[in-house]
Amino acid sequence: MPLPAETDASTPKYLRDKYAIIGVGETTYTRGSGKTTRALGTWAVRNAIEDAGLKVSDIDGVLSYQSGDSTFGPVIAGDLGIRLNFYMDVFGGGSSTEALIGIAIGVIEAGMCRTVVIFRAMNGFSQVRIGGTGARSAAPVTGDMLHNRAYGWQSAGQQFSLTFMRHMYDYGTTPEQVAAVRVAHSAHASNNPKAYYRNRVTVEDVLASRIICKPLHLLDCCVETDNATAIVITRADRARDGRHPRTLIRAVAGRVCKPRADMHYQHGPIARVAGYHARDILWPNAGVGPEDIDVTGSYDAFTFTTMLQLEDYGFCKKGEGGQYVSDGTIRLGGRRPNNTSGGHLCEGYTHGMNMVIENVRQLRHTVDDTCPIGPDGKRRHTYDYREGGCRQVKTCELTANLGWANPGTGSAMVMRRD
Amino acid sequence: MAIKADYLGMPLSLDDLDVENVAYFRHCAAHEFHLQQCSACSLLRYPPTTACPWCMSPDARWVPVEGRGTVHSYSEVHHAIQPAFKAHTPYLILLVDLDTQKGTPSEHEALRVVGNLAAPDGKLAPPEAVLAVGIGTRVRMVFTDVAPGLALPQWTLDERAAQPEKPWRYPQE
Repeated sequence: MPLPAETDASTPKYLRDKYAIIGVGETTYTRGSGKTTRALGTWAVRNAIEDAGLKVSDIDGVLSYQSGDSTFGPVIAGDLGIRLNFYMDVFGGGSSTEALIGIAIGVIEAGMCRTVVIFRAMNGFSQVRIGGTGARSAAPVTGDMLHNRAYGWQSAGQQFSLTFMRHMYDYGTTPEQVAAVRVAHSAHASNNPKAYYRNRVTVEDVLASRIICKPLHLLDCCVETDNATAIVITRADRARDGRHPRTLIRAVAGRVCKPRADMHYQHGPIARVAGYHARDILWPNAGVGPEDIDVTGSYDAFTFTTMLQLEDYGFCKKGEGGQYVSDGTIRLGGRRPNNTSGGHLCEGYTHGMNMVIENVRQLRHTVDDTCPIGPDGKRRHTYDYREGGCRQVKTCELTANLGWANPGTGSAMVMRRD
Repeated sequence: MAIKADYLGMPLSLDDLDVENVAYFRHCAAHEFHLQQCSACSLLRYPPTTACPWCMSPDARWVPVEGRGTVHSYSEVHHAIQPAFKAHTPYLILLVDLDTQKGTPSEHEALRVVGNLAAPDGKLAPPEAVLAVGIGTRVRMVFTDVAPGLALPQWTLDERAAQPEKPWRYPQE
């Protein structure tokens, strides 16, 4: 029997706005958590469930991502008394958050479970260091690694720098322009009591910090922290009575790859990143374009990654990213602020999930800055973005998260305020 | 027999099952650069793969390829994370477009072969040599002997080639 036309699920638009993020939670962002990733994960997941106003029995799915540096989902579920109808632990770091949100939508849509919590728990400073130092750097070099690690080409910064350097060559991008990303994110972090680095820095500070691997200075690189983050996803029509306004998911894309995902540098232009391909999925499915977006969350493992993605997703012309990130656009008070929490450069490193959490709070208009809380329990945002002040964006209806694994792989998501 | 070796104090190993990499590095150990050529579409590929990235054919043969090219991009590492490289900073990671098959099968494709800047004898280049190399520099392949059946292809200045007057380097030296 043919399906009625309105149930045609063959178009991705069928799911536009039908799923929502209804809870977000995290631990503190520290160096030296003094806890296992199991304890961190339990802490963040509990916070996200409580934020959603749900009972633990409302949760029946768990998704997580990791690189052998975390605790598996069923253990966290067991600790909290969640009985699972679905779980999956996925290998990977950056770009996982948005892609796993898409997977969560898929498994709920398939009727496999009703409500999914996604978490990322890591001791990125005190155990498996995200910068790749410590035990990771001394690991034996085997098989395919002979083509990279044997050349001292191992850390994320070392691997991505070939893309960054070529962008400067192709387009005349300057170190000063790229440093403006750190300047903007540090200003945002100064208004975020949770942020690990809350001091504002200048372009001169970035350029005077020591070179790690050209073109990266120390301050072009993100912070290594210990933390966990979690978000709760369910069908929007089941989420009308939550504690917060629903954050509706308009579209997800991920993990979208450039050709030759085994070694993406074989296929140029190498200054192009995966967003070039992901944008053709993201924008049509979202039914909006970059010009409609109020706040971006462009992954900042490095200053350059923010710039490259904003370019290839179409927020500016290819090659004009240096101008875009340094002309005030991405700062609070600018036309389209990026990573208002301070992001990975300043708030803490969670492989992208904290940037989704921040945008959920922006859309709810409940960003946790130091603005006074009124008698109704709601924060009275001042929109005064001076140091130590507000970081709520005044008009925030649509956000875009641009997740990054490497120059050849990325994920993205558009969310809107209900 | 699996290869186990030590390079700059760093343990390297290669399993017998990894026949594509074993063949690649065995040629390097003989100081010959060979790549897989697809038996169906004739395109060369790097690094070794188990099928053709253009036509999916599993069949390939190893053919000699000239180790000459142009630096397409680079990084200059000042803060080494691997213990083996800490005594060798700054060192260059070079991404080199081989002359062979450049711009084929499409405009932006090339066989982009990674290596360090090395002296002609295959040892990592000293700091003063690093300063002379950037995007556009012409390089030729040399080999660093590691163990029987294993040498690493590396890049050194091509003394016979016409070099750019000033290769492009990161503006902050």
